[in-house]
Amino acid sequence: MNTSQTYLDLYARYRDQLMSVAPDAMNACRDEAIRTFGHKGLPTLKVEEYKYTDTERAFGGDYHLSVATAKVTASDAPVVVNNDELLTRYYGSCVDMSDPIVALNTAFASECLCIHVGRNQHVERPLEITDVLRAQADTMEHKRILIVLDECASLTILMHYTAADQQHFLTTQVVEVVAGDGAHLDLYEIEETHSLCTRFNTVAVNVGRNATVRHNGITLWGGITRNTITVSLKGEMSEVTLNGCVMADKHQHVDTNTVIRHEVPRCTSHELYKYVVDEQATGAFAGKVYVAPGAQQTQSDEVNQNICIGSESHMYTQPMLEIYADDVKCSHGSTVGKLDETALFYMRQRGIPRPKARQLLIQAFIGQVVDYIPLQPLRERLHIMVERRLGGDLDTCAGCTLCK
Amino acid sequence: MLEIRNLHARVEGKEILKGVDLTIRDGEIHALMGTNGAGKSTLSNVIVGHPKYEVTEGSITFDGLDLLKMSPEERSHAGIFMSFQLPVEIPGVSMTNFMRAAVNARREALGEEPLKSTDFLRLMRDTQKLVDIDKRLVSRSVNEGFSGGEKKRNEIFQMAMLQPTFCILDETDSGLDVDALRVVAEGFNKLRNEKTSAMVITHYQRLLDYIRPDIVHVLLDGRIVKTAGPELAREIEERGFDWIRP
Ligand SMILES: Nc1ncnc2c1ncn2[C@@H]1O[C@H](COP(=O)(O)OP(=O)(O)OP(=O)(O)O)[C@@H](O)[C@H]1O
Ligand SMILES: [Mg+2]
Repeated sequence: MNTSQTYLDLYARYRDQLMSVAPDAMNACRDEAIRTFGHKGLPTLKVEEYKYTDTERAFGGDYHLSVATAKVTASDAPVVVNNDELLTRYYGSCVDMSDPIVALNTAFASECLCIHVGRNQHVERPLEITDVLRAQADTMEHKRILIVLDECASLTILMHYTAADQQHFLTTQVVEVVAGDGAHLDLYEIEETHSLCTRFNTVAVNVGRNATVRHNGITLWGGITRNTITVSLKGEMSEVTLNGCVMADKHQHVDTNTVIRHEVPRCTSHELYKYVVDEQATGAFAGKVYVAPGAQQTQSDEVNQNICIGSESHMYTQPMLEIYADDVKCSHGSTVGKLDETALFYMRQRGIPRPKARQLLIQAFIGQVVDYIPLQPLRERLHIMVERRLGGDLDTCAGCTLCK
Repeated sequence: MLEIRNLHARVEGKEILKGVDLTIRDGEIHALMGTNGAGKSTLSNVIVGHPKYEVTEGSITFDGLDLLKMSPEERSHAGIFMSFQLPVEIPGVSMTNFMRAAVNARREALGEEPLKSTDFLRLMRDTQKLVDIDKRLVSRSVNEGFSGGEKKRNEIFQMAMLQPTFCILDETDSGLDVDALRVVAEGFNKLRNEKTSAMVITHYQRLLDYIRPDIVHVLLDGRIVKTAGPELAREIEERGFDWIRP
């Protein structure tokens, strides 16, 4: 029996339970989603968007389905589980529902974390969401998050993904983001799970006019990680920045796939992704910038820089431009290199042992991505997390309350 | 004491050092002169253990230690310091983190506790004054965007921080203006004590007016072909190398 069929069978078994706990707006998409998944199946390596990640392997395995029912206790935060009004209006409106992994998530998601910031509201303190995977057996979870910023609202969110138990975890997550006209969103995602974890994360953002969206994804620990980030610029004069850094070693696999769609004129997009892959790890980055016909005066720059350390490590990089307008300024570039041996030797001459010298160089390389984070305390904390990662400190995870 | 015996070394398959003998006793300053490409920097790199340079024959001992068996960092911990002819830029690594790692690695190797943060920062400040280096330079990334002269000054700053017992100055004078040359040379002299020895590589007498050598060697085509007192440097300044060639 193939892996896709297992999920169809699982759906048949759990459909009623899911329908009974989840809100209507989510249930309304469920059957359609499983049909899409059944029709397409898990994407093979022949599918362009998934050519670097073997989904058959990632989704194989015997997982217990966790049907989550979360509670939110923070009283003053703009977060609730299942905001019906928001769901009715926006659920499934940003993400590509024909994507098989999104479809799978839509079929199995049982609740949606909803974050809503109203017109002209500025949430002063950054909102932090820590996701701790806990289970006594191998478990899969399908998570859904909806973030809506109304006109001129602003918010900074840090999402921290961790795992507290040594089980196999399979997680799919879909984050839909609506950034209204004049809105300002900073969204940070940090993965610090472990080698038994598989995470398929999709972030889909619709951006209105005059808005600013910054996304920064930091992958430090994990097993198989896939991050799909799609941004649709739908209003003029908006600016989007996608940054990310990856530190992968052992048998880690980290695949990032970004698409920025300039659908209207006069928007700006920036991308900077940096990977360090060591030992037997594999990294992949595919970044597409699409400029629609008539989206004049688009400005876009995309950079992907990578360091391959281990002789058995692999890095795939694929920046792409697809431009249907003539008055645009777009650039892209990617590099794969080694650690600077001259710098390593200089440090060793000063007495710094090779491993520490390596660590300083990697930190400097990756740290550039963290330096772009405007909020100073957050920036410092992330620098510390990267430093700990490089020090090989697996036992504690810097941020989450569980480890403090 | 540094003792080099019949040293042969290759880089990229090409033999550069063809039998170098050199003894530098504690407290002595030796100047090493010679034509471009003669092998002076190669000799320096071999002493500090650069992995690109392959020793094919001979030995180097330092205070009784077999240097050729030691890693570059161990040689550094033993007290050997090289001021690079071309100091390396390391973007993103701050001078502070770089020096802290270096100072503490050395302390650890010597069985000492790492310096407390406040003590370390005080050491940075004091040393900065001693060698008269702009504190803005010290707050930047290692050598990044430094001018040629600033880089050389930074080498002396690092030397002062690490207090080595044997120093190699590889053309530390090149790129320095007249005033900077004096400051750097005086900085070096301040750091010396009666045990400190050095190998000073230069093409010009003017550095040796400040850092006075006990002995001057001429290295040509991978061999030391002449050794004499300080007057040899003056003679080379006047007459060049042709008269020395064997
Ligand atoms: N890393 C290297 N790779 C290739 N060739 C090298 C390397 N280092 C030195 N060489 C070669 O070895 C020879 C000696 O070079 P070296 O740098 O030791 O000369 P030098 O005496 O220091 O000269 P200068 O006075 O110009 O600094 C030169 O021919 C040089 O090209
Ligand atoms: Mg030289």
